[in-house]
Amino acid sequence: MKTQHLLAAAVAAALAVPALADINVGVVVSATGPAASLGIPEKNTFALMPTSIGGEKINYIILDDATDTTTAVKNTRKLITEDKVDVIVGSSITPNSLAMVDVAAEAETPMISMAASAAIVDPVDAKRRWVFKTPQNDIQMSTAIVEHMINAGVKTVAFIGFADAYGEGWYREFSKIAEARKLAIVANERYNRSDTSVTGQVLKVMAAKPDAVLVAGAGTPAALPQKALKEKGYKGAYYQTHGVANKDFLRVCGKDCEGTFLPAGPVLVAAQLPADNPIKKVASDYVAKYEAAHGKGTTSTFGAHAWDAGLLLQNAVPAALKKAKPGSKEFRAALRDALEGLKNVTVSHGIVNMSAQDHLGFDQRARVMVRVENGDWKLIQ
Amino acid sequence: MDLQIALLLGQDGIVNGAIYALLALALVLVFAVTRVIFIPQGEFVAYGALTLASLQAGGTPGTLWLLLALGALVAAIDAPVIARQGGRRLAGLLGRQILYPLAVAALVLGAGPRDWPLALQVLLTLALVVPLGPQLYRLAYQPIAEAPVLILLIVSVALHLALVGLGLLFFGAEGSRTPAFSELSLDIGGLTVTGQSLWVVGASAVLIVALYVFFEKSLYGKALRATAINRAGARLMGISTTLAGKLSFLLAAAIGALSGILIAPITTIYYDTGFLVGLKGFVGAIVGGLASYPVAAAGALLVGLLESFSSFWASAFKEVIVFTLIIPVLVWRSLTTRHVEEEE
Repeated sequence: MKTQHLLAAAVAAALAVPALADINVGVVVSATGPAASLGIPEKNTFALMPTSIGGEKINYIILDDATDTTTAVKNTRKLITEDKVDVIVGSSITPNSLAMVDVAAEAETPMISMAASAAIVDPVDAKRRWVFKTPQNDIQMSTAIVEHMINAGVKTVAFIGFADAYGEGWYREFSKIAEARKLAIVANERYNRSDTSVTGQVLKVMAAKPDAVLVAGAGTPAALPQKALKEKGYKGAYYQTHGVANKDFLRVCGKDCEGTFLPAGPVLVAAQLPADNPIKKVASDYVAKYEAAHGKGTTSTFGAHAWDAGLLLQNAVPAALKKAKPGSKEFRAALRDALEGLKNVTVSHGIVNMSAQDHLGFDQRARVMVRVENGDWKLIQ
Repeated sequence: MDLQIALLLGQDGIVNGAIYALLALALVLVFAVTRVIFIPQGEFVAYGALTLASLQAGGTPGTLWLLLALGALVAAIDAPVIARQGGRRLAGLLGRQILYPLAVAALVLGAGPRDWPLALQVLLTLALVVPLGPQLYRLAYQPIAEAPVLILLIVSVALHLALVGLGLLFFGAEGSRTPAFSELSLDIGGLTVTGQSLWVVGASAVLIVALYVFFEKSLYGKALRATAINRAGARLMGISTTLAGKLSFLLAAAIGALSGILIAPITTIYYDTGFLVGLKGFVGAIVGGLASYPVAAAGALLVGLLESFSSFWASAFKEVIVFTLIIPVLVWRSLTTRHVEEEE
């Protein structure tokens, strides 16, 4: 199945002498390398997207950047100069997306990133006016965690995160809000995704006797500190970030993750959302489509970010088509304007209201608090 | 920091150091015998752990296809040459490279190893992963066995990248853990010692002793040592350097796979975990100048302890501290040893 997709992408790339007036969507994902667990579901999601919008055929040209910034930039240039794409979607992680911003802006091609950091679209300046993104900002997620901690009576918290941009970014946002809400951070530790032991960090955290621990990691590596803390007998509350919202995390962490709290996009618990929530329908639709193709329990919130990028395009392209023909500079500008003008678009992660100052467009409806219960995600109010 | 914490950190460092020590020994062994700096050593750690996890999850590990494919390739290359040496040798080759992988495949696919006891699963994992070592030697290194160290190193890098890519294809991007060998948990004066950490240290110690006995007492071990000391001289004494190469890769693969199986219950293993673990073993091996087994093992233990204590004091700089260790060691070595030009 995977090789078929790769093959299809390769063929699509090879035959990229597009028929006139087809809309070409250039996609850059990190399907291999350290961020493969984000890139693979994203790549899979593009195969499920509609092949035409507003009567125009859509070509998705998917390239893998191997979680490498240089390759991401190279791919973006290739898509723009050789494939003459109308819009770029990608990449999966923040460093790559930030590097791609310059290339996209220079070629005046709109770009929709699937990476988390607010810096990709904020502030909207001469370059970033071409850039949009679908994942929630870390700050929205941090606010949710701090709020939940305050309500639960937590006074002191320890932070243990990845020794990279993800952990650093989280610490910056989290410490800012925690300080404002008088929540004391009593320990600040780092570990590497590939570490085989976190005993040292865990001992230091426990020596500080915090009421709660926040683990800022993505995917299965985030299970390591929590398992080590449990083994050493830490009794406080555990918080994780939305980076862990996939089934593999639950599989690896097992019963040690029972009762863990985390903020996440509503798509994670699509089936548990109240019926009057407009996100429920869109999110359930994506989950059903993805699971039909890849098996039950395979959906992740990362693939949903790609799906949301597709939804933004489906809403923006018809308006742009009225103004210009695909493949032209005018069409790209019209598509940018249409993306910026999107209002009340329901996507699987929330409801988007774009503006000239806000190229993400999410409000607090784009996050829910979730608890791990019996090896599954449970929505809490 | 009190005594309790120091003890816990020390214990953690020794457990990790034991694994690094095993890998350091394998690296020294391979380098001494074949002059190959075996960067893919770590991949065998990941392959061993993930193959076991995959068997336990009831899946078909991708390493099986690799074993079948490499076996067929080796047989196809060697058969024309071997056929001239007689039917018995040809039968031996086909038995090793075709029938054996097929037999393992039959076990994996037909016998339902999911429900087997852990010990048998471990044996099946070793049966799957270990033959990859000699196969890779035959395909990648044997044709260029006399090449300079630098070229062998370049091939190692290529092989490492290929194996990591295959690992991603076989096992996916997410990690796995396996259940512990024993649920035992001892409380010694406030220090909790888990059964698994005893297993790791114990198995490492047994392996190191076994390697010592192998090199000192057995004919094959002596042949390996002779090759390590002087390749040309060993060949004049009738020792096949090809056999010595294959044997050293067999041992390296076995040590790697076993290390992976030992640490899989302690930590989550990813398709690319092996590289970093192998690299730390390599730092240990460098301390021993890629030549001395006991110093390499001690160096690896030092790496484990350094890692554990630095993760307590300065977790953000842990890797920096561990890998910076290599600089004073290299300075010290280059000052104390007389440099001999080894390229012939």
